[in-house]
Amino acid sequence: MEFLGPILFLLLVVVLVGIALNTTVLGRGMAMPLRQMLKKPSTSQYPEQPRPVTPRFHGRHQLNRYDDGLEKCIGCELCAWACPADAIYVQGANNTLEARWSPGERYAEDYQINYSRCILCGLCIEACPTRALTMTHDYEFSSDTRRGLVYTKDMLLAPAPEGAPDTPHRDKDVRERGHNYYGGKAVSPPGLHGGDHLPATARTMSRASQVLPMAPESEADWGDAPGREED
Amino acid sequence: MTDTVTLTIDGKEITVPKGTLLIRAAEQLGTIIPRFCDHPLLDPVGACRQCIVEVEGQRKPMTACTTEAADGWVVNTHLTSDVARTAQEGQLEFLLINHPLDCPMCDKGGECPLQDQAMAHGNHHSRFVDEKRKYDKPVAVSAQVLLDRERCVLCARCTRFSDQVSGDPFIELFERGALEQVAIYEDEPYESYFSGNVIQICPVGALTSTSYRFKARPFDLRSTPSVCDGCSAGCSQTVQARRGQVERQLARTNMAVNEMWNCDKGRFGYGHLTADTRLTSPLVRSDDDGEEPVAADWATALTRVRSILAPDGEVVPTAVLSGGRLPDEDAYVAGKFARTVLGTDDVDFRTRFAPASEGDALAALAGRDTATYDDVEQAGVVLTVGLDPEEEVPILYLRLRKAWRNTKARLVSVGASSGSLAELLWRRLPTDVGAEAAVLDDLARALDRDGDDADQSSPMVAEVADALGSVDRPVVLVGERAGDGALAAAGRLADALGGKVAWVPRRSNARGALDQGLAAGLLPGLRRHDDDTQRAEVAAAWGLDELPTRGRDLHEILTLAGKGKIKVLYLLGVDLVRDVADQRLVDKALRRATVITHDIVANATTAHADVVLPVTASQERAGTRTNWEGRRQQFRPGVAGPQLVQHDWEILVQVTGMLGHDLGFTDLDGIRADMAALAPIDTTPDWPAAADRSDTAAAADDGDDTLTADVYPLLLDNGVHQVNAPDLAATAHDPHLRLHPDDAAPLGVSDGDEVTVTGGKAELTLPVRVTPDQAAGTVFVPANSTAPDQVDNPRHLGDRVTVAAVASGSATADQPVEVNA
Ligand code: SF4
Ligand code: SF4
Ligand code: SF4
Ligand code: FES
Repeated sequence: MEFLGPILFLLLVVVLVGIALNTTVLGRGMAMPLRQMLKKPSTSQYPEQPRPVTPRFHGRHQLNRYDDGLEKCIGCELCAWACPADAIYVQGANNTLEARWSPGERYAEDYQINYSRCILCGLCIEACPTRALTMTHDYEFSSDTRRGLVYTKDMLLAPAPEGAPDTPHRDKDVRERGHNYYGGKAVSPPGLHGGDHLPATARTMSRASQVLPMAPESEADWGDAPGREED
Repeated sequence: MTDTVTLTIDGKEITVPKGTLLIRAAEQLGTIIPRFCDHPLLDPVGACRQCIVEVEGQRKPMTACTTEAADGWVVNTHLTSDVARTAQEGQLEFLLINHPLDCPMCDKGGECPLQDQAMAHGNHHSRFVDEKRKYDKPVAVSAQVLLDRERCVLCARCTRFSDQVSGDPFIELFERGALEQVAIYEDEPYESYFSGNVIQICPVGALTSTSYRFKARPFDLRSTPSVCDGCSAGCSQTVQARRGQVERQLARTNMAVNEMWNCDKGRFGYGHLTADTRLTSPLVRSDDDGEEPVAADWATALTRVRSILAPDGEVVPTAVLSGGRLPDEDAYVAGKFARTVLGTDDVDFRTRFAPASEGDALAALAGRDTATYDDVEQAGVVLTVGLDPEEEVPILYLRLRKAWRNTKARLVSVGASSGSLAELLWRRLPTDVGAEAAVLDDLARALDRDGDDADQSSPMVAEVADALGSVDRPVVLVGERAGDGALAAAGRLADALGGKVAWVPRRSNARGALDQGLAAGLLPGLRRHDDDTQRAEVAAAWGLDELPTRGRDLHEILTLAGKGKIKVLYLLGVDLVRDVADQRLVDKALRRATVITHDIVANATTAHADVVLPVTASQERAGTRTNWEGRRQQFRPGVAGPQLVQHDWEILVQVTGMLGHDLGFTDLDGIRADMAALAPIDTTPDWPAAADRSDTAAAADDGDDTLTADVYPLLLDNGVHQVNAPDLAATAHDPHLRLHPDDAAPLGVSDGDEVTVTGGKAELTLPVRVTPDQAAGTVFVPANSTAPDQVDNPRHLGDRVTVAAVASGSATADQPVEVNA
């Protein structure tokens, strides 16, 4: 019976260690590597093998183009307005007959997104009236300078589609392609700024000279209105 | 009969004066009824139908903006009435049927009443499925105003403004129904000095501005309340800047001054802030003369200033000329600087050669309760003397026009011309240039005689005198061009009538410079140099034993500088080459004297200067400005300005320090405290007595063959503050001469012909307008409108000039034809 004492003591130690392993943080922590040692490893091989992101992932922005190469962005600043982090800077400007960047009167002369501010929330995408701004799946755009995180228009603008010229286009060429983005009467951006300003009296504008609705001279004159086909 | 009516709006009772419109009564209760066409300063039209409310007992819903409140009415707005709400929603749906909804492109987006009200009161769905109305986008109504007819809601605010307020009815509504559109008359361009206002009041983006086109959105802009420095009207304005650059200026409501309007010069004239010719660093001419001054740092420039002002430790004879740009604080500092540091009273804020008597008259004026805009509006009879309000102080013109239109005020002009005011005049008392005082004295005499049968004055004078006597508080407005004694004569006349007088200078702060004593003989706080006690007061405040002896005026200063008696000309924003009429005098003075100048933009005078110190523009600084009424208005900086520029007062404080003195302040508050110590004294000096004019009257009519030049600048001219604003420049009125038919007939010229004026060696050829509004014997010559390098115009007000028709193919007119004045 003299063995009974030590045996009971050992039993008590085993029970206590078992309880400690299961109930204390330390114990559970030590148990985890013990268990993992028995499992298959699952290391991600980034950056050699980047994993696909979810389809609606909010990555770096992109400024899209129409098929003919014109920019969809009209420089309206609605994205900048919607941005809760004030990360977007847009400067609008006036398309002219010689240099047309986008359909209509207005285009973005400058467009910048500051990724040190952007929280990639996507509110700008929702605000964009022309679907010019979308988000890509690119998330690899860190930088070790602040300046390096400011993306300018040339970095954000999608390349011109195959066969389409880069912007700016001549207004005449756009019309010759059959695009009249206004769907109405020909639009003449005014010669702004002093010198080349046409006096209003030189324009066909008053009284009954504009009887409406205008019938297009041929079907082609109407062209395709910019749709929201991506929607 | 009571003068008030009591009615109930949305269950709340309110008592308003009879004649109050429902929309105004509702505003008093805090209920904003949606509206587009309603504007508090335009006559009601009820064009947009947006403000519909329901009135119990009336057959149909009514437009609140055209309906006067009546006693006992029970009115229900959209807040309490389904009928009103449905009507408003329906109306918005109608308005949006033909609206292009191109808000993203539209410059009004973000500050558009149509957007706001569509959100607040609209039905969010449209049932309209057909093709929308389409027009050219946009059409240039003028170089400055673009019209997008698709966006117009036909509220007629713009056309009513042009018709009722500015009187340039070039914009009109044409056509009817769906085709109704805003347009201009084919053969008359929309030429208005007030065109920017139609952009501001258009409740949609139908009228937009060329200079602000696609520049910014409202949330980009930092708005700062400011005061325009374009002229002495003193309009309140809002300066809006994006990324440290002014992108737009708007009229700010100030019912006492500019109401809700401003002029295009004030609105669009901010290009000089960023012009290529903007001075952004000090310029110093190297010692060997002849070179253009070159850029230097401030230390070099200020050291140079010290060595110019005090080469051997003693200050050399210097004169300070300031023009009318300096704000009150800087004018005060300049005056103190001249008297205490430079030890001279040779200061002048004027750029014209004033008659010697003007100083006394101005001193008498400054102490008085002078006329205000409200006085002008209420006067009933307003006499303008030597003043063309539309070209000189445009907002005063609008107020005169308002008085003419709303209260049938009788406007009388005395002088050689009154420009576009002519259309509104009741009577015209033409005089030779500078001879206004005689007519004013005649008027005073005619009043005196009061029905005496032996009246020798002309019937017209008697008639005007009667009119002046028939109202309680007539107003006499004296322009700065008015001749010798005119201001004093006007003052005496106004006093005799119990009316009010005002002096209406052109430059923005000429009145402030006057109040700060920036002319020889005048001292701050309405004190006078020739009053021993007052002089001692100023000397004590400035820590001097005695102020310098009374100084000289511009003409004498320039003459002395030309003779080498005054060694240094210290210029504070005055372009002598352009602004002063006598070029030979200026030329000699600039050649002989050493010139130090503070300026914003490079100009003809800075090229002659030895040291050019760049200063901040009005939009870049704080200060106070005094308009022609004598009203002081403070302004704050809207943008920071170029890095190296300083305020005028800052530079003067530093120069003072370099000369071993102390002005006693180093910031704006310090200056204001210093000024407060010399607060205006209570004084009403007498007007100088009338001069005996019997000999001058005879001299004026000596029957020679010349005309008198009536020279003054048009509102938009070649002024350096209008550089880099091409759209504004494109709306400048064509420079022209004006002749009386009696003078034009012997020359064989008619309206539109080219005519040459010759005065001395200078000559100028321009088209002529033949109009009886120009006094016979005088010819109007625009001062600063021709090519910038052509500074050699006949520019001296009152010069005798000959006028000749330009040979136009036919051989008849190649000899100058002399005129009998
Ligand atoms: S990206 Fe879209 S929302 Fe942003 S400025 Fe361009 S068009 Fe407007
Ligand atoms: S252009 Fe503007 S102000 Fe003029 S009628 Fe149309 S909406 Fe009204
Ligand atoms: S009227 Fe004079 S003060 Fe007013 S906006 Fe025009 S220039 Fe400026
Ligand atoms: S605001 Fe009343 S009808 Fe336009």
